[in-house]
Amino acid sequence: MDILYKVFIEPFVFMGEAPDLLIQTLWEGLVSGVLYALIALGFVLIFKASGVFNFAQGIMVVFAALTLVGLYEKGVPAFLALILAALTMLVLAVVVERVVLRPLVNQPDIILFMATFGLTYFLIGFGELIFGGNPKEMITGALFLPQGTTELDMLGGMVRFQHLDIAAAVIASIMIGLLAVFFSKTRIGRALRAVADSHKAALSVGISLNQIWVIVWFAAGLVALVAGIMWGARSGVSFSLQIIALKALPVLILGGFTSIPGAIIGGLIIGVGEKIGEFYWGPLVGGGVETWLAYVIALLFLLYRPQGLFGEKIIERI
Amino acid sequence: MLYREAGQFKTSYVADSAIFPLRQDRIGLGLIIVAAYALAFIGNSFLLQAVMIPFLVFSLASIGLNILTGYTGLLSLGTGAFMGVGAYACYKLMTAFPEVNVIVWILMSGFFSAAIGALFGLPSLRIKGFYLAVATLAAQFFLQWCFIRIPWLVNYNVSGALDAPLRTLFGTPIMGPNATPQTRYLVVLTIVILLTWLASNLVHGRIGRMWIAIRDMDLAAELMGIRPLQTKLLAFAVSSYYCGVAGALLVFLWYGGAEYDVFNINQSFFILFMVIIGGLGSLIGSFFGAALIFILPIVLGIVLPAMLSPFGISVGADVIEHLRFMIVGALIIFFLIVEPHGLARLWQIGKQKLLVWPFPY
Repeated sequence: MDILYKVFIEPFVFMGEAPDLLIQTLWEGLVSGVLYALIALGFVLIFKASGVFNFAQGIMVVFAALTLVGLYEKGVPAFLALILAALTMLVLAVVVERVVLRPLVNQPDIILFMATFGLTYFLIGFGELIFGGNPKEMITGALFLPQGTTELDMLGGMVRFQHLDIAAAVIASIMIGLLAVFFSKTRIGRALRAVADSHKAALSVGISLNQIWVIVWFAAGLVALVAGIMWGARSGVSFSLQIIALKALPVLILGGFTSIPGAIIGGLIIGVGEKIGEFYWGPLVGGGVETWLAYVIALLFLLYRPQGLFGEKIIERI
Repeated sequence: MLYREAGQFKTSYVADSAIFPLRQDRIGLGLIIVAAYALAFIGNSFLLQAVMIPFLVFSLASIGLNILTGYTGLLSLGTGAFMGVGAYACYKLMTAFPEVNVIVWILMSGFFSAAIGALFGLPSLRIKGFYLAVATLAAQFFLQWCFIRIPWLVNYNVSGALDAPLRTLFGTPIMGPNATPQTRYLVVLTIVILLTWLASNLVHGRIGRMWIAIRDMDLAAELMGIRPLQTKLLAFAVSSYYCGVAGALLVFLWYGGAEYDVFNINQSFFILFMVIIGGLGSLIGSFFGAALIFILPIVLGIVLPAMLSPFGISVGADVIEHLRFMIVGALIIFFLIVEPHGLARLWQIGKQKLLVWPFPY
C-alpha cells in the first residue's frame, strides 16, 4: 500500500500544496517542449516531402550553430554571420540533394535513412575539422537575445521566468506560424504538399522533385539554425547537442511523422510530461528518468494509435 | 577456371538444398576456417587483440541484428542495450556460480537478453518501420538507465564497472588479466563459428522462411498461416540472443572490463551500419560489414598520416580523427549509391562473374 500511496497520492498532494512549483515545472516543460517541437519540425518537413527519415537533423542543428558562432569568432559581425550560416545551410541542401538524394532516388527507405547516417558522420568530422571540437558559447548578446530572469509572485511563491526561455518560446512560435503560412498559402508550399501526397502525381503536373527537395532541406536547415541558436543559448554549442535531437524522436512518433501540428502538440506533451515525471515521480526510482520517460510515453501512445496522434492512417493492401 | 560448377551433379534433394552446393565453396570455407585458426599462432598480439577479436564480436552482433532487421524486416535501434543485458547477465551468473565453466555462462547469458528482447519486441505486432525503430529506442534508454541505477547488477561494487575475473578452460586462463590474446581469440572464434553455423541453419530452414515471409509482406504471410506474433517475437528473441552473447564476449574477452557507457546508443547505430553496409538478409554480409566499418577506421588511422606526410603536411592526431569521420561518412554514402544491397551483393556478383569467366555471360 505504501508504494501505491507514493505513486498515486503523494505527488498530487505535493502538487496541490505547492502550486508555484507546479507552475514552474509546467513552464520549464512547455519551453523545452517548444524546442523539441522545433527540432521535430525539421524531421517532419523532410519526411513529408521526400519520405526520408533524416537522421542528420541533429547534426544539422549543431553544424548550423557552430557555423554561426565560428564565423562570429573569426570577426564577422553577428547578423552577417547569421545570414552566412543560413547560406551555408542552403549550400548544404543543394549538395545533399545532388550527391546523396538524387543517386538514391527510388531506393528503400532504410537505405536513405542509412545515407543520412553517413551524412551525420561526414558533418561531425567536417564541423570538428573546421571549427574545432571544443564547446562554444552561443553569441546571445550580439544577437540581441534577452538575458536575465523575471520573478513573478503567484500562488504563494515565486515563479522564475528566464527571459531567454520566453524569447525561445516566442521565436519558435513565430517560426512555426511562418512555416504554416508558407505551407498553406504560397505556391511552393502547395507544391510541397503535393509532393508529400504523391511523388508521381506531383511529377505529372510538372513539379520538379529535385527543386522541392532542395527547398525542403533548406527549410529544415533554417529550422535547425533557429533550434541551434536556442538550444545553444541554453546549454552551449557542442557536439553533445546531437543527443537532444534524439529527444525529438519520441515527439515524432507521438505526433506522427507527417504532421506539423502533431510535432508541436507532441513536443509540448513530451516536454511537460518529462519534466513533471522527473520532478514528481523521478525520486521514487532514483531520478534520471528523463532519459527514457519520453520514449515510454510515446510507446504507450503508439500501442493505442500506431500512426501517432495526427499521422496519416496507414492502409495496407496485399 | 578453377571456379566451375560443371560436372557437379545433384543427385538427391539433400544435395539440392545444400547451403554450399559448389565443391569449391565448401573447400574455400574450410580453408578460411583453417586460416582463421592458424592466425592465432602466427598473428601478433596487436592483430589479435585490436583487430580480430573485436571484428569477430561485432560480426556476431551484426548477425544478431541481421536476423531481426535483414531477415524479419524489423528495424531495431536497441542492439547496444541487448548486448548490455548479455554482458550484465553473464557477469551476475559467473560471479554467483564461479564453479561452472564460464563458456557455459557466456552462452547462457544470451537467453536473458533473448527474454528482454522478446519483451521489448511486443510493440512490433502493432507498429512497424521507423515507428518501431523509435519504439526500440525506449529499450535502449530504459535498459541503459537500469545499468546505471541498479547496483545489484554489478554486485554493488564501488566503481560501478564490470570487470573480468580470472576463469580457465582446461587449466588455461581464457578470461581475466592473465589470459593471452591468443587464447581469447581462439575462444571467441570457436563461439562465433558455432553460432554462425547455427544461424545459417536457422535462416535457411522453416523458421528462416517464416521470417522472410513476414518481412516481404506480413499480411500475406499471416493469410498463409504464419503466426505473426510468435514469428516476430522469435526473431526478437533469437536476435537478442546473438547480441547478448556478443555483448558478453565484447566486455569479458575483448575489453576485459567495461562500464555501462559501452552499451550506449552509438553502439546500436554502429551495429546497424555494419548490417546495412554488409547487406541486409545475408550472413556473410554481416562479416563484410563488420570488417569494413570496424577495420576501415583502423586502417585509415595508420594509412592517412603516411599518405599525407610526403606532401609535407604533418597533421595532429585530432585532425586525423576528424578526417576519419569524414571519410567513413563519405564511404557509407558512396557504398550505398554504388550498391544499395550491400557488400554481400557485390560478393554475389563477383562469384557470378567468376563462374562464367572468361565469357561475359
